[in-house]
Amino acid sequence: MEIYLIIMLVLMILGSIYSLHAKDLLSAVVSYGIVGFALVISFLMLYAPDLAIVQVVVEIITLIIMIAVITNATHEEQKREYNFSNIFYLGTILLFVVVFFIVLARMMGDLGYFGQDLMRMANVYIDSAHEAGSANIVTGILFHFRAYDTLGEATVLFTAVIGVLTILRHYGKKKEVK
Amino acid sequence: MMENNVTTQQKTQGMTLVVKKICQFIAPTIFLFGIYVTIHGHLSPGGGFTGGVIMASAFIFQILSDGSILDKLRAEKWRLELTESLAIFTFLILAVLGLIIATTSVFFANFIPVGKLGDLISGGMIPIGNVIIGIEVCAAITSIFVALLIFKDEESL
Amino acid sequence: MILFVLCFILFMIGLYGVITQRNLIKIIIGLAIMEYSVILFLVLIGYIDGQTVPIISEGFEGGFVDPLPQAMVLTAIVIGLATKALMLSVAIRLYKKYGTFDIRKMKDLKG
Repeated sequence: MEIYLIIMLVLMILGSIYSLHAKDLLSAVVSYGIVGFALVISFLMLYAPDLAIVQVVVEIITLIIMIAVITNATHEEQKREYNFSNIFYLGTILLFVVVFFIVLARMMGDLGYFGQDLMRMANVYIDSAHEAGSANIVTGILFHFRAYDTLGEATVLFTAVIGVLTILRHYGKKKEVK
Repeated sequence: MMENNVTTQQKTQGMTLVVKKICQFIAPTIFLFGIYVTIHGHLSPGGGFTGGVIMASAFIFQILSDGSILDKLRAEKWRLELTESLAIFTFLILAVLGLIIATTSVFFANFIPVGKLGDLISGGMIPIGNVIIGIEVCAAITSIFVALLIFKDEESL
Repeated sequence: MILFVLCFILFMIGLYGVITQRNLIKIIIGLAIMEYSVILFLVLIGYIDGQTVPIISEGFEGGFVDPLPQAMVLTAIVIGLATKALMLSVAIRLYKKYGTFDIRKMKDLKG
């Protein structure tokens, strides 16, 4: 079980490294799709079917929107300059490796092994699931015990839609062209 | 003026006839599946968010296969905004009703009686909340997509 | 244990993409990769050996996987979609004004 998850995570790492270094923007977007779909298979292996359905559809919608954005500009040339920025890249990578090892040393002591029984608060939710009345415990948490968070999520979605409709508004520009 | 009209029609024809006819069969089926997942949210994996994004993907499929006819989309845009605003307003009203009516008066209390576990009509307020959130998420994602397409069409004119 | 280390490596790759890339679309892809790594880490923490999907059915006596991180992540995925849509709409506006996605060429401070 753990070996399959390791294979999926290695696939995600390779896909993301290629996606950030592709010369063509369309290849970058397709490699980003690899990362998203490997995440779906990981969710199915971790017994989370709700999340898998949402992640598949959201990933497809994100890919459609990204391809609609980059249709005119896919062949951007990435010119590499060899004066100052190369040293900047090497310095950045070195700094990242140092920070990575420091945080890793701190993290090893606190986290247990994979698959450890760490539930403390969820025991209360599972035992009183009859009070909520729903057989799906995740839906019962989202709409009965934690309904305020669902209201917050609906507000954030509403605000993002208002933002997109305001940024992509077009009338009022025609007067400027004249 | 005539030349402008002709170029608009040439650019927004959409896909071929085969795709359009298949879309007429498949898009309502996907929408029906989204309604099923939303309503049975308290019995099987699903719920408000998953049903909402599945319904939105049915609408996006219809728009992609028919091409973006600019005037039609612009005339229909007010319905999406009205639906989304009404849905989130109804969710707030439901929450405040819990405050007023229920015996233990907290915000979002479950004031409808909870039935037997495993029935379709059970779980108090949870199926109603699922349906409202499903409508809201569907309208939000579709209106984002429609705004993007209208912008891209107007920019290339 | 090695799974958490790999999640952290994925997060660092996303952070590297945000800092050193010059193309606006690749910066957005880096942000999305960071978000995916955090989501995967949350669901990995909640997994328990030998238990199964958190849905109550008749006559089932076993244990369940932790449902609380799954509820948090369900909200986070949909919010992530809204954030990406907002970032991409700002990117379209910038492309229309400057003609390119390169951030070194966006030097005008006036709107």
